Amino acid sequence: MIFFDMPNIKWIISDISEMTKRNLKRYARLPQLLVFSTIQPVMFVLLFTYVFGGAIMVQTENYISYLLPGIIVQAVLFGSMMTGVGLADDLSKGMIDRFRSLPMARSAVLAGRTISDILRNIFVVSLMVLVGYIIGFRYENGFFNFFFGLSLAVLFGFAFSWISATIGILVKNVETAQSAGFIWVFPLVFASSIFVPVETMPSGLKTFAEINPITATANSVRGLFLGGPVSDYVWQSLFWIFAILVVFIPLAIYFYRKLS
Amino acid sequence: MNTELIDYVFQAKKAGLTSEEISSALKKSGWDISHFVDLIDDFNQSLYLFKQKEFFISVNGVSKNYGDIKALEDIYFNIKKGTVTALLGPNGAGKTTLIKIMTTLLKPDKGAVNIGGFEVLKEPYKVREIIGLAGQYASIDENLTGFENLNMIGRLYHLDKGGVQKRAVELLNDFGLLEASSRIVKNYSGGMKRRLDLAASLISRPQVLFLDEPTNSLDPASRQKLWGIIRNLSQNGTTVILTTQYLEEADNLAGSIIVLDHGNVIAKGTADELKTQIGGDVLEFHIHNKEELNSAARAIESLSREIPQIEFDFGKIVIPVRNGMGTSTAVEAIRLFDEANIKIQDLVLRRPTLDDVFLALTGHRTEEKV
Repeated sequence: MIFFDMPNIKWIISDISEMTKRNLKRYARLPQLLVFSTIQPVMFVLLFTYVFGGAIMVQTENYISYLLPGIIVQAVLFGSMMTGVGLADDLSKGMIDRFRSLPMARSAVLAGRTISDILRNIFVVSLMVLVGYIIGFRYENGFFNFFFGLSLAVLFGFAFSWISATIGILVKNVETAQSAGFIWVFPLVFASSIFVPVETMPSGLKTFAEINPITATANSVRGLFLGGPVSDYVWQSLFWIFAILVVFIPLAIYFYRKLS
Repeated sequence: MNTELIDYVFQAKKAGLTSEEISSALKKSGWDISHFVDLIDDFNQSLYLFKQKEFFISVNGVSKNYGDIKALEDIYFNIKKGTVTALLGPNGAGKTTLIKIMTTLLKPDKGAVNIGGFEVLKEPYKVREIIGLAGQYASIDENLTGFENLNMIGRLYHLDKGGVQKRAVELLNDFGLLEASSRIVKNYSGGMKRRLDLAASLISRPQVLFLDEPTNSLDPASRQKLWGIIRNLSQNGTTVILTTQYLEEADNLAGSIIVLDHGNVIAKGTADELKTQIGGDVLEFHIHNKEELNSAARAIESLSREIPQIEFDFGKIVIPVRNGMGTSTAVEAIRLFDEANIKIQDLVLRRPTLDDVFLALTGHRTEEKV
């Protein structure tokens, strides 16, 4: 097992919790990070609702009901890209060398980072739900499904955190990690059902949007929030999460071990 | 490996007992010898292990290449417990690569390193538990406070909470950082960050402390302070290994010096031994007329065992002199120049630099890489 690279499980948990605490403090103390990860998604909710909301035709009663599930998925994706940026920051400052010389579990550096990014994503998502509620969003499919939808979005973000971690370890530089992390996420996010129904897109783009894992996840979360048939999308989304984790957790750990 | 057993086998072998006699004697006293058959059979191995345990650290034939560049070539040395050892060499000599291999950060292509009885390649976790490392750049978290940094690193050594907090406060106090302990490290000065980095590497009271260019970019006062700290640690039993580019620093701190050049150990010994090799102090003569440099060098040939080095670009001649012989040699040289009717512009008697050590040991100067 990749996580059990040292004998004492108690120490592994303690190492991961120390690393998680450290990363969370970083978010609390860097105002620009906090702004980026909290105010930006909230701003997106408000801008999309009031600027584009009137012009976009959706089946739901109001645009915020359509938008919020999608924009939550977008927020966790953008948030998860910070995993690689944080790792690249540690690498460029020699912090990782210090960690690697300590008798700590090697996986704790990566696990602590992705777990702290989950916790931050949960915070961001809660904030968005609150703002969405204030401007008219209501879940219509029972609290359990609503909660399941939120969890699916956060889990999806966790999977993308590991892609981001792999990129961060490979590029080792904050600026490069930032651009290399976001450049491919933007087209994925916009060519999906996050903001608009894919039916309105030209046929080539539509095909892409339909197989896009982000569409599957956005549709799952939307269905779970608002009702309607969702099980196909949920399975597709869970498949993608599983596939990404299976490929990228070992890959990130492999590149981390190869660092020197 | 049990040292008591190694001692017994070594002594018994030396006394001429056969392998069978040793085995049965050991079995009688309750030892399980199944793992030690080779040791009991082979006198050389028992001798090797017996000698080995005198040393706390041994580096055995370590090599490392980066592509075509040979960063380290077949490095061997041993270090005793509680000593200070300096790895001395110019930039690119392989000092940092060696430190990285010894601290488990980098795998050697060949060879082995043993620290406190643990093989770096086989038991990296055990090694990490007994070492502390302060790298070339302060590797502390800029977004945490001084106290939080020490506390986090202590916890990552798996020390108990109360103990870590007490130790952190103690270190912050020792390093003059107590007042700044609840401030975010980002606002610390360069010297303060350096001190915090060193404190962080001491949080677990490591048996071996590695310092990669610890006084690099420190002002003279901070440098003196750091030297004091290092001396203190070694007096209290910590084995210290540091890298430096300055002979003065190695001279001041280290009981033994290992000189590296282009990935090779080119000299080992105490500061005094190295200085004997280069002859203690150095005399420099600046010759007025550059055309007279060759004849000037010939004129003072008799003063030193080594041939005077001529530096045409600077118009000077350099000779090593034995300790305490500086002034008398200088007087003699002036007389010889006078006899040969050579005018000198300037005369300098100074302590040897790393450059002089290199010149004496390798015949070439250190190649300054900017």
